[in-house]
Amino acid sequence: MSESTVQPVGALEVPARSRIRFDNRYIAPLFISFILLVGHLFYGILESYERTALAIVAALITELVLGRIFFGKWLNLASAYITGISVGILIRSPAFWPFALCSVLSIMSKYVLRVKGRHLWNPSNFGICVLLFLAPETVAALTIQWGNFIWPMLVIWILGSIIIWRAKRLHISATYVVSFFAFAFLRSWITGDPWRSEISPITGPMYQLFVFFMITDPKTTVKSKKWQYIVIFLVAFVEMLLRLNQVIYAPLYALFIVGPAAMLIELWWESRRSVAI
Amino acid sequence: MSSRKLARIILVLVFITLLAVPLIMKRLASRREQIAGSIGEAAALNRYGFHLDEVSHACGINFIHQAPTLDHRLDHIMPQVASMGAAISVVDFNRDGWADLYVTNSGEGSKNALFKNNKDGSFTDVATEVGVADVNQVGTGVSMGSVWGDYDNDGYEDLFLYKWGKPELFHNDAGQKFSRVTEKAGLPAWVNANTAVWFDYDRDGRLDLFLGGYYAEDVDLWHLKNTKMMPESFEYAKNGGRKYLFHNLGDGSFEEVSQKLGIDTRRWALAATVADLRGTGNQDLFIANDYGISELFFNDRKQFREVGNQTGVGFSPKSGMNASAGDILNQGRYSIYVSNISEEGVLIQGNNLWVPREGTAGDAVKYDNLARAMDVEIGGWSFGAQFGDLNNDGTLDLYLVNGYVSADRNQNYWYDFSKIAGGNSTIISDAAHWPAMGGRSLSGYQHKKVWLNDGAGKFVDVAQAVGASDVFDGRSVALVDLWNRGVLDVVVANQKGPLLIYKNNVTPENKWISFELEGASSNRSAIGAEVRLFWDGHQQVQQVSGGSGFCSQNQRRLHFGLGKNPQIEKAEIRWPSGKVETIEKPLAGQLYRIKESA
Repeated sequence: MSESTVQPVGALEVPARSRIRFDNRYIAPLFISFILLVGHLFYGILESYERTALAIVAALITELVLGRIFFGKWLNLASAYITGISVGILIRSPAFWPFALCSVLSIMSKYVLRVKGRHLWNPSNFGICVLLFLAPETVAALTIQWGNFIWPMLVIWILGSIIIWRAKRLHISATYVVSFFAFAFLRSWITGDPWRSEISPITGPMYQLFVFFMITDPKTTVKSKKWQYIVIFLVAFVEMLLRLNQVIYAPLYALFIVGPAAMLIELWWESRRSVAI
Repeated sequence: MSSRKLARIILVLVFITLLAVPLIMKRLASRREQIAGSIGEAAALNRYGFHLDEVSHACGINFIHQAPTLDHRLDHIMPQVASMGAAISVVDFNRDGWADLYVTNSGEGSKNALFKNNKDGSFTDVATEVGVADVNQVGTGVSMGSVWGDYDNDGYEDLFLYKWGKPELFHNDAGQKFSRVTEKAGLPAWVNANTAVWFDYDRDGRLDLFLGGYYAEDVDLWHLKNTKMMPESFEYAKNGGRKYLFHNLGDGSFEEVSQKLGIDTRRWALAATVADLRGTGNQDLFIANDYGISELFFNDRKQFREVGNQTGVGFSPKSGMNASAGDILNQGRYSIYVSNISEEGVLIQGNNLWVPREGTAGDAVKYDNLARAMDVEIGGWSFGAQFGDLNNDGTLDLYLVNGYVSADRNQNYWYDFSKIAGGNSTIISDAAHWPAMGGRSLSGYQHKKVWLNDGAGKFVDVAQAVGASDVFDGRSVALVDLWNRGVLDVVVANQKGPLLIYKNNVTPENKWISFELEGASSNRSAIGAEVRLFWDGHQQVQQVSGGSGFCSQNQRRLHFGLGKNPQIEKAEIRWPSGKVETIEKPLAGQLYRIKESA
């Protein structure tokens, strides 16, 4: 599930035969749009249409402008769309400005916080965490349930799993989910809190977006499949540590910390290897 | 330097600047707060036109609210479940022209208080003497709030007491005693209610009664069948208590007609108010629900229609805890204030100020939430709020109380609360799944808001500056002229805290006028009557209310601030019966006692 493509992809690069095929890059935007529409039409999950639209438009414009300046081309907007819509869903604020600012910062982070041509943070994870750090009096993240019924949640989990399986990222999500449950029971054992209260967060929509769209981002995950298992396990582990310290947005912060660290280590390791060769 | 490099430097600078935006905005906000900080009485009077002094002890009022102790299976989360019940309603129960106060208590066996106004600045609790004190006996539930209305039109205000338990109706026997008439009235055996409003929905001249359930009525919180009594969702719960509409039959009994008339909802009602929102003469019913959307029922006298979604007030789910109506823009129309929860870094719902949209009216009226635009959005864990002109400048101000559970100052329960609040219904709805609070606070020790209306579409918080500096867990607020001085004093009931009386000192330059109405063909309490005052090119409408805010009821007297040197054109009184009477050029500084012409 790519949220952070910055390499330009022009229409001319697509082989003629594949033009009439469905482009896999659009599966993720369509899926997240589906979640958004179903959630909003049935449960009114959005702060407002205007705020979500603002987040999306801000992300798209920023991507277009920066892509044009730094790559000289109009970039494909699928990833920026995912960033914008993620911000629109995950940020909760009665104000308008956090939606625009979060989207702009998210997209800009891809262009500013780069090492050896790769950006380090998942864009929306970066933007949301920054806003939560800097503007807690105005901004919160989505932590509540959408609706009361279990079936919409199951549909989203099943559909999401199929889609990321097609994108060959299911092992990342699955590793995280398994690790989360293991650590949830461990936390319950440590704190004495009911185990259901420990697994409770993963039944909420924030985790659906987190599991399907943030941690699976190919541009901000390490390349080796073996290390992907390890890194995502570490994300869940750091989340557990944060949760033991009663940090509400533990999964977002855990990815914010572990993701770039893993990327930097991988880049350092790759540069060492290339020097050795 | 290459253009690419220059572009990158500019990009980094812009990025850093954008990162600084939230910090700059926070700085500006804190500067605004500092400006409105504590400034002393004289300066507050000079700058804002009023100052509040807390005088409960000087008045002889030393009332401390007690919370209930519910089923032991709720022990681990008792502070947040047993978190309501401190309530205040204003009444002149003995018709001596001075406002008295009825205050609820919620400990098992605790006593409610009826503070009789001694007209000399002191109050005496006469609840035991007149028979409305011992109402929290074990097995009958505990008080949550009360509303007063003259249901039998004998000239004396009767008391309806709603509880988590058995609701009670007390007939006022000429201001001397109260007789319990619950059975005769035909009230239900048990309702876990947090809101009730007297109003004459069908305008037959007799007061009817709306009663809103919070927990389901088959839940006895002292003897739980199981622990699955919590809301099934933090924002979409529909497993709360049912609603009741008691139609007054005129013989001391009531017929329950809610479902027959279209009020059929099980959302978790915490506050309700009524107002004529469409100019039909009928009072429409607004319900603020916890764990969900608000509901608005248009009243067509023979039927109610739920129009929350249609009008815009019932779409985005929050944690509604207050409903009060006021003409904040002096445009002759009511806006509605709903309080919710805002906790820095955790949950920013923001309170709602539903203002009727320009160009919409009648059945097509639409509301916009202008809380942010008008700066009345962020309170805290907000509960009761009331509109009233605190400085007599001619515009309605807003008093809001905040604070949920004040316990350990250094530890809070928010992490665990957010953990469970995000869970599926099977998890959140069972109290056994909730982590233990363990003495932690949950949005405790919060400051209150006294939002002063500048008349130009903005409110500014002056709470600290004018002396409203308490940090108790505020629940219920009522505005009342306790000393008959032509000002609105503020009474606040705090959960597990003292009853506070804020005596209001208002600059004498600002003038006022008041109206005390008595119905004849309308209900005698005149609940639902409106006074539309025209002065100096302004217009303001106020209504006699049978309950508003959170578990509270203001004085029945309508108080208008007028500003300096007012020229009053007229006061137009519209009675629930439909009659309209006009007083030409009434005088400022006067209380007008008006009886509806027969």
